[in-house]
Amino acid sequence: MTVSNSANELVSLDVRRSNHSEWFTSSGALALIIFLSVAPWIVPAEFAATLMNFYILVIMATMWNLLAGYAGMVSIGQQAFVGLGAYATLYFALKGVNPFVTIPLAAVVCGLLAVPITYLLLRLRGGYFAIATWVVADTALLVIGTIALLGGGTGRSVPGLQNLTPTQTAHYSYLAAWAVALIVVAGTYFLLRSRLGLVLASIRDNEVAARSAGVNVRAARRTIFIVAAAGCGAAGAVLAISQPFIQPSSVFSLQWAAEMLFVSMIGGLGTIEGPIIGAIIFFALQQFLQQDGVWYLIIFGTLAVVIALWQPRGIWGTFRDRFHVDLLPVGYHVRRRSNIVEEVPVVEE
Amino acid sequence: MSQLLEVNSLYVHHGQLCAIDDVSFTLPEGEILAIVGANGAGKSTLLRTIAGLHRQTSGSIVLGGDDIGKLTPNRRVRRGISLVPEGRRLFASMTLEENLLVGASHANEGPFNVKRIYELFDWMPARRKQSVWQLSGGEQQAVAIGRALVANPRILLLDELSLGLAPIVIERIYALIPEIVASGVSILIVEQDVAQGVAVADRVHCLLEGKTSLVGIPSELTAQQIDRAYFGADLTPTTTGAAAS
Amino acid sequence: MIWLNILIQGTLIGGFYALFACGLSLMFGVLKVINLAHGDMAVVAGYVAVFLTPHLHIPEIWSFLVVVPIFGLIGYIVQRTLIQKSIDRDPFTTLLVTFGLSVVIENLLLEVYSANGQTVNIGAIGYESWHPGSIFYISYVSLGVLGTAVLVLLILQMFLSRTNTGRLIRAVADDREAAQMSGANYRHIFGIAAAIAFATVALAGIAYGMMTQFAPTSGGVNLLFAFEAVVIGGIGSLWGTLIGGVALGIAQQFGAHFNVGYQILAGNVLFLIVLAIRPQGLFGRKTALS
Repeated sequence: MTVSNSANELVSLDVRRSNHSEWFTSSGALALIIFLSVAPWIVPAEFAATLMNFYILVIMATMWNLLAGYAGMVSIGQQAFVGLGAYATLYFALKGVNPFVTIPLAAVVCGLLAVPITYLLLRLRGGYFAIATWVVADTALLVIGTIALLGGGTGRSVPGLQNLTPTQTAHYSYLAAWAVALIVVAGTYFLLRSRLGLVLASIRDNEVAARSAGVNVRAARRTIFIVAAAGCGAAGAVLAISQPFIQPSSVFSLQWAAEMLFVSMIGGLGTIEGPIIGAIIFFALQQFLQQDGVWYLIIFGTLAVVIALWQPRGIWGTFRDRFHVDLLPVGYHVRRRSNIVEEVPVVEE
Repeated sequence: MSQLLEVNSLYVHHGQLCAIDDVSFTLPEGEILAIVGANGAGKSTLLRTIAGLHRQTSGSIVLGGDDIGKLTPNRRVRRGISLVPEGRRLFASMTLEENLLVGASHANEGPFNVKRIYELFDWMPARRKQSVWQLSGGEQQAVAIGRALVANPRILLLDELSLGLAPIVIERIYALIPEIVASGVSILIVEQDVAQGVAVADRVHCLLEGKTSLVGIPSELTAQQIDRAYFGADLTPTTTGAAAS
Repeated sequence: MIWLNILIQGTLIGGFYALFACGLSLMFGVLKVINLAHGDMAVVAGYVAVFLTPHLHIPEIWSFLVVVPIFGLIGYIVQRTLIQKSIDRDPFTTLLVTFGLSVVIENLLLEVYSANGQTVNIGAIGYESWHPGSIFYISYVSLGVLGTAVLVLLILQMFLSRTNTGRLIRAVADDREAAQMSGANYRHIFGIAAAIAFATVALAGIAYGMMTQFAPTSGGVNLLFAFEAVVIGGIGSLWGTLIGGVALGIAQQFGAHFNVGYQILAGNVLFLIVLAIRPQGLFGRKTALS
């Protein structure tokens, strides 16, 4: 493409997404994907189980990051969809559907349930939106607790897994969690590279300007809220399969919201890599401090507060700013085609 | 005559946009300086920077010999700078009197108090318990002036007094200015309405795209000179071209 | 008679919600910040009352005389440091920081004091009640809390309308910049508003401990109720908060009448209905939403 600069001369520019690290990244990523796909047959069962919980957290945090980091909506009620997803799986499994097949069904159910909720919540901003999402989650918990078929307040286990051996269950659950995590992260990546990603970037830069340029801010937010609900629903479904027993107070726990938030904050809000890195730190800390009750959560929460106040771009954001590395670039880089003088990021991802 | 306010090569940026570009002027004690210019010339930014609501990129603001460029707005009030902001900005949930009382809460020593304001605007006492949103635009402007005056400023900054008001109301408000100056207050006035600003001022400072385009004494300036400085009609087209790049 | 009892019990508990919520409402009105750790501060105040007062050799019923001023001071300090720092970043950060604090405080309490319930021991009067017509009972503690709530709201109302500092708080709430132009140091005013918010929520926390057992997780639940009371009553209206609290209390008692499991659900449903039909609340102004 060509553009004219201030001095009215024609300069050719190269516009592309990534810089030097692209080839390196993609080959490394492929090796990692292959390794993680066969991991349950290679690594100890305990480690595979930890990895599975790690995937679940990555899914949730990626969805929360999409909501807060990219669309500016701070939700502390995403556990509503984790719980609803888990219970959708339970419901379909009770109706005889293979539990693994219920995962996409749970995502769809949560996405559909999110539609009417957006009409109620998207009128609210900031803190009011945040607490209202919490009320929705609390309401969902209480409603599910009254349904006898789903085990009421005490919960019940997901049927349809009993004819598998424990090892088979562990392997299949692992693969399901891994597949969902891969789909969610890749899906988020492509979503942010789409037109919608551009719309979100424009809203984040200047909402008023975006509005006056004809961007339908509420529609964009609605889409993101529904996508995030579906993603958390899938995470809830995987959670239901991975646990012997599901109970309203655990799948609808506020702790999920806390973990999503801390993981995204620490890793780096508004970056795709951030939640993954945050989740790695979270699990490392949890393993390290597992003898010490909830200290891991106290330390992690304090770290999140400190980062929010003093290093708001998080670990990955800070790292990327310093070293100009982008593993999963969603913005564009513009450079002069001849000898490279300067690099101008047009859309700061 | 001593200089009360000195602004020296002031630069102010809004993000990457340079809103005030190397502006200098002085205001002697007891004078009225009018800053005129078109929409977006940087007049309001200049006043807000002097009041402390924007931070300058470089340059200094000196009041009575002290550099006040790093003080918070509320400290500048205590040094004797009061702003009547554009759009009046009254406290909407309060009565007329409460607005004045807030203005008096951090007042300096001086001739003004709420009683004196009520003498200046004799319609006020009867309506002091009314909510400010029940007042007309001109009345609200009067309350805004009263709220600033009651703090006993050395300099009163008036931002777009005439905006949205009927000519007769504007005239009445401007009629008060000599009385205010007589009680020892210097005035820095920003106006889009050039005629109004020029009529009342001792000196005029014209801004164009953040730069000083004309400085002078109203009686010595021709209407044509002011128009050129205001619209920038005599400036070469290259200037606008450079601004766009 | 059953319905009258629902009204009475709902009103009593509604007074508590209003006491809990008025600080939340004030802080939002002035600072435009929703303190998601508001509920946890109440619980901390409860623990301080239970574990500090034995050392002071005063009856626990008077513990608020010590704890409330301490929390006022804490509120001022927390505002001038953490909350102000996050306000200076953006509104988004205030949510992340206060939610983070909430989780940290709750888990710290769990570690230090375990999940066991605690009560503020006020002796036999805690269990006594008044039986007018011997059909329904009115707990003296609940009545005292309702009276305290009304008294606190009255004092707050007088303070905001009659005193110089109160006027400055309202001025900052109306227009922060214009208040600065009148010489007000808005950060100091923010600190005072936060001090009042923390002091009232400490009082609410101690009142809660007198009414029932509290545990580290009590903060979140009560924050939810307080928030519902604020929204139902109308954002930024002190007396609206009392009406909202009472409406919420009655809705909960009404739900509980059919099934104990419906108690909280009925409150949530009322909240969601108000949100759907009249998002500015019963006494709120529409402008508060945007």
